[in-house]
Amino acid sequence: MHAIVDAFVLAVKMIFTGDPEVYGITARTLEISISSTIIGALLFVPLGCLIYFNHFRGKRTLISIIQTCYSLPTVFVGLLVFLVFSRAGPLGVFGIMFTPQVMVIGQVVLISAIVTGLTISALSGVSPAIRETAISLGASRFQSVWTVLKEARFAVLTAVMVGFGRAISEVGLALMVGGNIRGYTRVLTTAISLETGKGEVALSLALGFILVALALIVTVLANRFLRVKEVDVARSQGSAS
Amino acid sequence: MLEVKGLHHRYGKAEILKNIDLGVEQGEVFVTIGPTGSGKTTLLRLVGLLERPTSGHIYFDGHQVNNSEGQRLEIRRRMAIVSQKPAVFNASVFDNVAYGLKVRKEKGANLRHKVMNALETVGLAGYDRRNAQTLSGGETQRVALARALAIEPELLLLDEPTANLDPVSTAHIEKLVTDVIKKSNLTVMMATHDMFQGQRLADRMGVLVAGQMLQTGKPGEIFSSPRGREIAEFVGMENIIAGIITSNEEGIVDIKIDGNAVEAISNFGVGEAVYAGIRPEEITLAPTKDTSSARNNFPGEITRIVLFGPLARVEMNCGFPFVALITKRSAEEMNLQTGDRIYASFKATGVHVIKG
Repeated sequence: MHAIVDAFVLAVKMIFTGDPEVYGITARTLEISISSTIIGALLFVPLGCLIYFNHFRGKRTLISIIQTCYSLPTVFVGLLVFLVFSRAGPLGVFGIMFTPQVMVIGQVVLISAIVTGLTISALSGVSPAIRETAISLGASRFQSVWTVLKEARFAVLTAVMVGFGRAISEVGLALMVGGNIRGYTRVLTTAISLETGKGEVALSLALGFILVALALIVTVLANRFLRVKEVDVARSQGSAS
Repeated sequence: MLEVKGLHHRYGKAEILKNIDLGVEQGEVFVTIGPTGSGKTTLLRLVGLLERPTSGHIYFDGHQVNNSEGQRLEIRRRMAIVSQKPAVFNASVFDNVAYGLKVRKEKGANLRHKVMNALETVGLAGYDRRNAQTLSGGETQRVALARALAIEPELLLLDEPTANLDPVSTAHIEKLVTDVIKKSNLTVMMATHDMFQGQRLADRMGVLVAGQMLQTGKPGEIFSSPRGREIAEFVGMENIIAGIITSNEEGIVDIKIDGNAVEAISNFGVGEAVYAGIRPEEITLAPTKDTSSARNNFPGEITRIVLFGPLARVEMNCGFPFVALITKRSAEEMNLQTGDRIYASFKATGVHVIKG
């Protein structure tokens, strides 16, 4: 119990004394995870829409495969990315192994199934009558899809946030393709792994607290961003009644 | 404005619509009536271009609707549909009503003016900032109507717009529809299972039963001269009795029914099998044999009396089952009781002779 309290105190100290290394690791962690989440959202929310709104043979099987990939081990994804981007790999020519860029690519691959699958689930939760109403009011195919996506915005945001959670918390892939290079590819999870190995449990725990706090802040901000309009409508309802 | 030729539609093996032909003129209110499951909604969905028919053609404003998505979208933007259970977007009432205008790229003051105007028309001025998903059923239906009216459609399709509403909201929506039609010279195609609502709103009606348009015409024609037994039953002609024409003298026929003769006006020939349809409200009851001009008089025994509102439904056995609808006050004054002997009379002109 003492160790946890000490770690919490240390975490607060590290944050408020402006420890440059901790700030650097934290900033890099956010930069990599947010980049991979944004890229993942831009790629896989539309892919989820494409799968949901089209009828084709094997659709159910495809969705089952996507859902199975939710629990893809990070080390397995790390291994695949390593094989592709290592010098001997097909994309080794880019020379981005052990860089933040390859970590972003790895995380994008890692969250692809979650964002796609949960987007499909989010869209399934919207009544088909919504799309039909949009079409009957003169919406084009694209406009009707956009309308359904807007109706599912909270569930789609959840899909993206779950993706972010997976990206920021993974360690196997970051170690394998990032290499945990101090000041360059070291992120919170790899730093925790390293410090624990060195017996610095308090420091590891402190970094863990920062990691959890970061995930919480990003989630709260994202939810607030989407809720602004809802609150506005609720306020106007209050004033109307 | 709208023409439908040989429209046929099936879902899997189930035939929903069979060879439908109909036309709706500019400014006309055409109401399709029919029992639940007769295909009314499917017909509106096909006309509203939400689905493609299995076979047959739809012509809008003289142009045949083809399979091109571009053409279908262009035509769809000239019409609006209000469904039985309208779905509203999780947004303000304003945004819901503005939706159709926004997808047509309307913006700014013009959009605002049209939305506010539509909301005022349906009596929802001041609701614009409310979340549409918090409204009551009647208010939601009015939002759906405002949403349709805001885009100023040439053809308005109404699918049982009052089916899920209480009588007060139903009356409100009906009045709205009537007012809007009068003001804007809209062409309207509506589906309802409520034949009286159809009668109140329609310029012309079509009776759809089991996917077939059995009769089209003015409401008066359909209610007074149904072409078949199914239509007669649907339009509330409760007394439909099978018989055979035994004589025809200059259009006055005798129909033999279970040993009794019913006199009616008809052109059917001797020996033809027919149904005699008599509306319950056209029958008068008396304790003794009627000596009025009514040509048909049958003694019978009252088997049941059901009171509802100001009316009494009297069921009798006159050798065949017979139902009369009289006022509750008449029933009370005559002190009608189950088991009483009574005379039922009706005029020859009150008998609707239908081909058997």
